Amino acid sequence: MESFQKVITTRYGVPQSWTLRVAEEHGAYAAARRAFATMRPEEIAAEVKDANMRGRGGAGFPAGVKWGFLPKDKQKPVYLVINADEGEPGTFKDRTLMELDPHRLVEGCLITMRAIGAHVCYIYIRCELVSSIQRVGAAIEEARARGYVGSNPFGVPHAAELYVHEGAGAYICGEETSLLNSLEGLRGEPRLKPPFPAVSGAFGCPTIVNNVETIASVPDIVRMGGKTWAGMSRLPNDGGTRLYGVSGHVKKPGVYEAPVGLTLRELIYDFGGGMLRNDRPLKAVIPGGSSTPVLRPDDVVDAPAENHPLHAWHGKSHIDVPMGVDTFRALGTMLGTCCAIVMDSSVNMVEAARNLMHFYAHESCGQCTPCREGTGWLQDILDNLCSGKGTPEDAALLVDVSNNMMGNTICAFADGTAMPMLGFVQRFRDEFIQAGTRGVPAGTLGESALPLVKGARGV
Amino acid sequence: MAFALTPQAEKIVDELLSHYPTKRAACLPVLHLCQRQNGWINADVMDYVARRLQLATSEVLGVVTFYTMYHQQPVAPNVVWVCRTLSCDLRGARAIQSHLEQRLGCGVNGTSRDRKFTLKTAECLAACGAAPMVQINDHVYEDLTIEKLDRILDEIAAKTKAPHSSPPSNPSHTLTGRPPMTSKPG
Repeated sequence: MESFQKVITTRYGVPQSWTLRVAEEHGAYAAARRAFATMRPEEIAAEVKDANMRGRGGAGFPAGVKWGFLPKDKQKPVYLVINADEGEPGTFKDRTLMELDPHRLVEGCLITMRAIGAHVCYIYIRCELVSSIQRVGAAIEEARARGYVGSNPFGVPHAAELYVHEGAGAYICGEETSLLNSLEGLRGEPRLKPPFPAVSGAFGCPTIVNNVETIASVPDIVRMGGKTWAGMSRLPNDGGTRLYGVSGHVKKPGVYEAPVGLTLRELIYDFGGGMLRNDRPLKAVIPGGSSTPVLRPDDVVDAPAENHPLHAWHGKSHIDVPMGVDTFRALGTMLGTCCAIVMDSSVNMVEAARNLMHFYAHESCGQCTPCREGTGWLQDILDNLCSGKGTPEDAALLVDVSNNMMGNTICAFADGTAMPMLGFVQRFRDEFIQAGTRGVPAGTLGESALPLVKGARGV
Repeated sequence: MAFALTPQAEKIVDELLSHYPTKRAACLPVLHLCQRQNGWINADVMDYVARRLQLATSEVLGVVTFYTMYHQQPVAPNVVWVCRTLSCDLRGARAIQSHLEQRLGCGVNGTSRDRKFTLKTAECLAACGAAPMVQINDHVYEDLTIEKLDRILDEIAAKTKAPHSSPPSNPSHTLTGRPPMTSKPG
């Protein structure tokens, strides 16, 4: 297995890595000190733009470009809001940053506030992540005691205040405008866009909303220089290293750092240690959180035309295509949060889809009819299929309902439900038709996966 | 009796209000504070929050009913959240849940026979790499087996004094404090 340079996880595993003393011994705040003392805000922003960092929250929008959308005339205060509402099923990477290296996040916030001219930053953490809230809160207090947070960080009169804002349990609050409503003390229902948050966000003021990992990468971009940082990636236009998660049926589930452009095969078999049970091969993998359509290893890239973005991987398995925002979009899925859910041959895909559609039905905010009704219908159809009350035509019905949800709502939640639903039916149509005639046999998900008694883990 | 936060908690509210340009923005954190003190969010709590933040009680009700972490019914001293989403399901969450139901003698959203635990299911709690998992109060318990879960529950049960009054099984004690409507409004 190839070994990779660690950048964002250098302090993982260091005892007491979350304390200011240890973090500073291992390099924390050097980049912030340099950025405040020697760089103009636009120079910092230029480095981040050079870094070609695609946002790490799931949509993959270039972070440097996003910052550029702020209005040039600063008539209102600018806010920085960190999206730490990590809740996409299968995703557990930001939590490791907040628990193991909260000072990297705080340092990234400070540098970003300097770059975009913000004086207040809210870190919106879902309230279930109690340790993350405690560690990030403590890190802010330590940084404040040292003068890094406050009226004069690093001797520069650019006031910078950071506050943790706890969510209250709603997946939709990871959507940026919903998060802003939740921050303002409202129900977390998404807002119509435009105006985009960069123009009118928190409290009606220009706001940049970035993911935890995105902002935690900023100190390294400043330290190394944007171009050098970008160059660690295996792909063009998608820079740096990033956190990969792998869960489900692998021997070593966890969060690992690697360059952008790792393949799913490397993630599953090298980092993840291979399939959990040697007698059960890989059947399907959801590449980056539950909203990204499922892939199967026996599908091959069909891109004979030389100008096709995936031509270089023509004829190869989908799990051998490098994981990038653009490559995975071309593959008909999405990179999302880059946290893969791995399923072995024992899993029935109708059951897997049913699990996820229960999630979406529970989490739809209910504001838009196609989403509120659509998620409920998908759930009910799948319940019927799994309990043997379905029909072979239900596969087409799932597709029809999904198509009527896509693009018909205020936010991307409906698309994030319909896309994986369509992916399941398209790639495993036989199983859906079969479920419509015979139902789904018991024990095709969960119960049979692992003996939970006598501690017999990791067979 | 009308609800009021302790003087200590009131100081935290003042601090929270200084974080935001509007009073309303403190709604979520103040509700968390109240729930920590009162155990759940009832009509008195919402009236208090509305007065404190200069909101209409209906606005606070709207917030409370939107988010899953505000308890709209009394809960036992320990709330067990079992993650049911796919990564945990693939590693045995259903077995964990059915064991919990059996051991506690209640279904999801129910309270155990000894009134020490309320069982709830949760959607993804961002611990997929250590599935299956449960969260009990502020603590996450990962890489569970049945034995490990039993040990954890034994320890917590031993530390918990059984509450005298059971959480009402009759859900008529609703958020608004009014009995449920028996006939349609005229």
